[in-house]
This record gives sequence, structure tokens and C-alpha cells, in this order.
Amino acid sequence: MNSPTPSPTRGSAGDDERGKDEGDGERNDLETPRSAVRRMKGNRALNLKAVLTDPQIHVVVTCGSGGVGKTTTAAAMALYAADAGRKVAVLTIDPARRLAQSLGLGDLDNVPRKVTVEHASDAGELWAMMLDTSRTFDEMVACKSTPDHAAQILANPFYQTISTSFSGTQEYMAMEKLSQLAATREYDLIVVDTPPSRSVLDFLDAPQRLSSFLDGRMIRLLATPGRGVMKVVGAGLHMFTRAVTSVIGGQMLNDAATFVQLFEGMFGGFREGAQATYELLRSSQTAFVVVAVPEPDALREASYFADRLRGERMPLAGLILNRTHPPVADLPASTTASAAADLAVASPLTAAALNIHGDRLTVNAAERRMRARFDRAHPDLPVAEVQALAFDAHDVPALRLIAARLTAAT
Amino acid sequence: MAATTGVDEQVAHRWPSAARRARLHVVTGKGGTGKTTVAAALALALAAEGRRVLLAEVEERQGIARLFDVPPLPYEERKIAVASGGGEVRALAVDIEAALLEYFEMFYNLGFAGRSLKRMGAVEFATTLAPGLRDVLLTGKIKETVTRRGSDSRPVYDAVVMDAPPTGRIVTFLNVTVAMSDLAKRGPIRSQADGVVSLLHSDDTLVHLVTLLEDMPVAETLEAIADLKAANLPVGSIIVNAATVSRLSADALLPAAENELDMQALASGLAMAGIEPEPELLAGLTAETTDHAVRVLAEYECREQLTAAGVPMLSLPRLVDGADLGGVYELADALADQGVGR
Repeated sequence: MNSPTPSPTRGSAGDDERGKDEGDGERNDLETPRSAVRRMKGNRALNLKAVLTDPQIHVVVTCGSGGVGKTTTAAAMALYAADAGRKVAVLTIDPARRLAQSLGLGDLDNVPRKVTVEHASDAGELWAMMLDTSRTFDEMVACKSTPDHAAQILANPFYQTISTSFSGTQEYMAMEKLSQLAATREYDLIVVDTPPSRSVLDFLDAPQRLSSFLDGRMIRLLATPGRGVMKVVGAGLHMFTRAVTSVIGGQMLNDAATFVQLFEGMFGGFREGAQATYELLRSSQTAFVVVAVPEPDALREASYFADRLRGERMPLAGLILNRTHPPVADLPASTTASAAADLAVASPLTAAALNIHGDRLTVNAAERRMRARFDRAHPDLPVAEVQALAFDAHDVPALRLIAARLTAAT
Repeated sequence: MAATTGVDEQVAHRWPSAARRARLHVVTGKGGTGKTTVAAALALALAAEGRRVLLAEVEERQGIARLFDVPPLPYEERKIAVASGGGEVRALAVDIEAALLEYFEMFYNLGFAGRSLKRMGAVEFATTLAPGLRDVLLTGKIKETVTRRGSDSRPVYDAVVMDAPPTGRIVTFLNVTVAMSDLAKRGPIRSQADGVVSLLHSDDTLVHLVTLLEDMPVAETLEAIADLKAANLPVGSIIVNAATVSRLSADALLPAAENELDMQALASGLAMAGIEPEPELLAGLTAETTDHAVRVLAEYECREQLTAAGVPMLSLPRLVDGADLGGVYELADALADQGVGR
């Protein structure tokens, strides 16, 4: 084991911390998660208030697996920055319907719409949009070719497949849209919600991946029949074509070949655009935040995201650990359990309240074990914990509550 | 509907009788709902009393291996767990490349050439050109396991549980008819696809939807049910995962949610147990109780929406200690209590 910290057996670190916490008599309140953050005694706190109000930071990108509250977090951060007086655009991928409604995202028209909400600071403005992947792709094609040429591309069946269901297209278009919005210089801050792709690899590689497929070897063969590489491959190509044609049919291959010929002149422009986006993401104007919930799968994904972002030297601000359950009442588990058992008949209400507290202690202990494991693997990554709401957030007041919890750590 | 139980009598809260006949159980759910864990628990419950069940994943995620804490699964069926009564669960991670090469070898006798196809990127090429091909290959492999017979001419598996793609993709995935438009009009893949269509639309197949009692998963579940029905795909059950079990009695729930908990009763109860009812402790316990009550009521609302879909509903409790391998067995028992595997 070459880790600087010895890795204790599962659970022991959490138990130690818990013993200390129960003794310190610190007062907690559901509305002040700050105390809960201090209780963790793990990595230092992620100061999102500083990130969101830093005039040098113009882009915040959230990453994480599905179902961790990424979209809600992105919306809450955008609202916070707008309340602080910045002009903010939030780019979402697939918001819950009620959240979309409360942000005025009724129409999928692929341009930011101003959210009608009062901000604490008069200068503040919140704009929101939902990404339309194929429309963004169409616009990109239109902007990089002549109208006639663009029309031919858009009509090609293979283009339609690529622009709607090619894996990586959504990631690519999210970044393209970010690039477009950033280029307008209309906004002080753009908050981007990313697709819950299985790995950040897709997301960081998407620009290169699309073009490497499009100018890859097989596509070249199709684009230049009867020339060059094909002669070298010879009999292999015949077998290849036969095998592929036998499963997907010849029409598909023809469409693909036509598409590649139409697209050839545009690769350069795409690669330049992708490179520019990559530079923007890597600059000091950008902050990445990884979002997770305290569950093994989500934290495993978060670890992967964090490692990958660091590996690519992307500006990673930290982890948002969403939906935690710190205890509010200060009563040890053993006392709680025995009192609850004693009162089952005599005072069912008190027994219920004590059982609820006991459940919360158990949940919290499991969450802290997971957090401790994550901290050991990423000792210098700042973390902001956000206590779970008891209900789903789909309006502006709930987003403000989340924003307050997000930015409570200083 | 009574807020006390959250149960609507019009819908059977049991494993439907159709599910006893079915041999292919397709498990879907929004990301983060615990789809893989529930699929594994379902496989274990179905394997009770000496039956043999295959648990198959099709997303190349190795979720089963992680859940059972074993090394990544190869492209072969391996015993992964023993169920009560001597039953067994085998696991398979379907690999798209291996599945395609299997076809090439089976029908074109390519052998060594098949490997060179792989090296040339033919598999990625073909599946990129025709995304529907992926789904046909994956469902085709599953169909093969469902219909495979042993030397005694009985099916090798009593049931197959598929950890399927998430709700957002499930209808496209199962609607092989549509995917086939991408494919060659004749040939072995085409006839394989025809076989898949008839299996998926038969009584042998049921689709189960895993959800949490939260707005977004519930909305996605309801949309998926409507889409599945429109595509004539058989919906089996809704499996609610991680439901909060109410600790409060019916009459205490609403006051607690509205922050009107009987503090007097709470204080005297604590005193009775010899705990000093200090204001801070009272405030803390009240806050936690309110949080719990609000959560429970919000879940009732979600449950009501799900009930309106008229699909049998099963319910699994939230595992407070996190979902690990022990938790899977716990959930399998909970499914058995609701009639699975009987």
C-alpha cells in the first residue's frame, strides 16, 4: 500500500469520528448545515460562494452520474450568482418538467430565455435554456457551410443518425453551445449541466471522438473508393464490406460514403472549434464541480470524474456531496434505541421521534464511512456537503434554499 | 386514498400472476434508482426452491460484478450466487463486440478473419453506422439464453432477468422492429431480429420499472409505461425502491409535517425514559421528525400518481445502511414476501 494514509479497516475511522462528535455537544440546526460540514473533519470545505461570485470565473461546469441532482444544483448555483448581481445563463440538458416550468423553459427553442424572478441585486439576471442536440448540430453545419451544401448534409440519412443517436453527440453539442454562448460575451457567468454520461471520458473526448470517427480509416475507405488504402487492404476490404453489408445493408454504407464526401471540407472548422472549447474549459475562467450523492455508485463515478479532470489538468474546484443526512438532535445511538424500546407503549409519539433519530444516525454513519473513503482517495479535493431536502425542489424558493446550503461552507 | 397506508386497494400489491408464467423479466428504471440492485434481488427471489436463473446485463457497465464484488465478468455465464432452497443465479455481461463476432463466426465461418475484422474496427464501424444493430445483437443474445434447451430438452434457465437500459431508452431498445429498418433485409441477423420481436411481444416477457418515490423518476416511469403500452410491450410491475417506512402513526403524520408536533407529549415521553427534555434536544428531534413526515407525505403523493397507472406495484424499503451485497438478499426476501418466486 503506497498511500500516505494507512487505510484502516472499513468503518473504524467513521466510528472514531462519531464518538468525538457525539461528545462535543455542538448545536445543530436543519437550516445551518455549516455545523454539519465542520462535523465531518474530512477534506477542507469547497467555498462555492467564492467560485460563483469570482468576477474572473465565467464558466462553471457540473459533472456527475444520473440522479444525483446535477440539474437542480446547476440551477441553484446560477440563481445564487444572479442574486449576487451577475448576469447568468444556465444551460441544462434534461430538467425535470416542473423545474423546467418554474424556470420558464416551456419551449425547446435552443436559445436562453430570461427567467422572470426578482434578484436581491438589481444588476442580477438569470437566463435559462435547455439543449436541443440535433438543432445545435444543424445550426453548426449551417454556420460552417453554404446554404445549398448544408441542405444536402441535413437531408442525408446518415447525418440524421449521427446528429440524433451517435453516442457522444449530446456531449459534443453541449460544449458547442457553451462555446457559442461564451463567444457572445453576453453573460458574466455560464453554468453548464452536462449529460449524465457514463464516463467523463466521453465528455472530454467527444470533440476528438466525433472527428476521429469521421476521418477514421474506415470512413476514408468509403470516401475514396478504388484508390489508395483500399488497394493495400485488398482482399481484407472485400471481406469487411461483405460482412458489414450482410448486417446493415448496402444503402447504409452508401449514405455514409455520401455523407463523408459532403462533410470533408468541414472537418478543419470542427476541429478548430473543438480545440477552442477545450482551451476555454482548461483556462482559469472555468471551474468544474463534480456532483455526487453519498452512495457507492455515485461516489465511484465522482472519483472517476475527479481523477480524469485532474489528469487532463482541467480546473476542478471540488465535489458537491448532495443529499446528506446529518443528525440534528444530539443524542447517542445507544440511549436513543433503548429509550425508543421503553416508550413503545407508554409514549408512541416519543418512541417514533426517537426511532426517526436512530434511523438518521445509522444513515449518517453509513454516509460518513463513504465520505471518509472518498476523502482518503482524494485528500486535497475540497468538498461541500448539501443536506437533503425532504421534498423535491422545483421552484425558485426551493432553489434558493439549496443555494444557501451550497454556499454555507466558507 | 388514505394517507396512512399509501396503498390503493384497486391495484394488486403483489407479484402479478402473469409474472409467474413469464420467463424473461426486463428490469428498467431511471439512472440512480437502483435498477441493477433490484434486478439482482429479483433474480435471487426467482431462483428460490432450486430454480436456475440468469442475471444478464447489456450496458457493458460491469454493474453485476461490482454489486457481487467479483472481478469483471467475461462473456460467459458464471454462477454468482446461491438462492434459498438450493437455487442458483448465474450472471452474464453481454459484450457487443463478442456478440457480433459470434454471429459472424456462426454464419460466415470467418474464424481467424473474424478477429482481423475486429482489429480493423468493423464492429465499431457497423454499430456506429446502424445504432439499432447494437440493440438487435443484445436482445438477440438474451433471446438465445431464454430459449436455450439442455440435453433433457428442458429450458436451461427457469427465468432470465435482464438489467436493461434506463427508462429513457427502454422502448427504443426493446422495439426491435424499428431498429430493423437499419438492417439488411435478409440474412441471419434479420431472422434473429424477427425471433426477438416475437419473444418480446409474447407472454414469456414482462417489463418491470424500478422507481424511487421522487418526482423525476415517477414522471419518467409513467412516461415509459405509456410508451411501452403504445409499442405493445408487456408491462409487468412497478417496483418502488428505497421507500421510506413511516415511523409515525397516521394521526401524528400530518401535524408533524406541518410543524405542529405535540411537544408536550414529546417532552414528557423523554422524561419518562429518564432523558432530560432540554429545549435544544426537543427542537432537534422535532426538526428530524418534521423532515421525516414531510418526506413520507411527499412519497405518498408520488405513490398515488404511480397507482393511477393501474400497474401492479411492489415496494422495497430504503436500506439505511447502504446497498451492499447483504442488502441484495434483504431485498430478495422482501420481494419473496410480496409473492415473487412463489
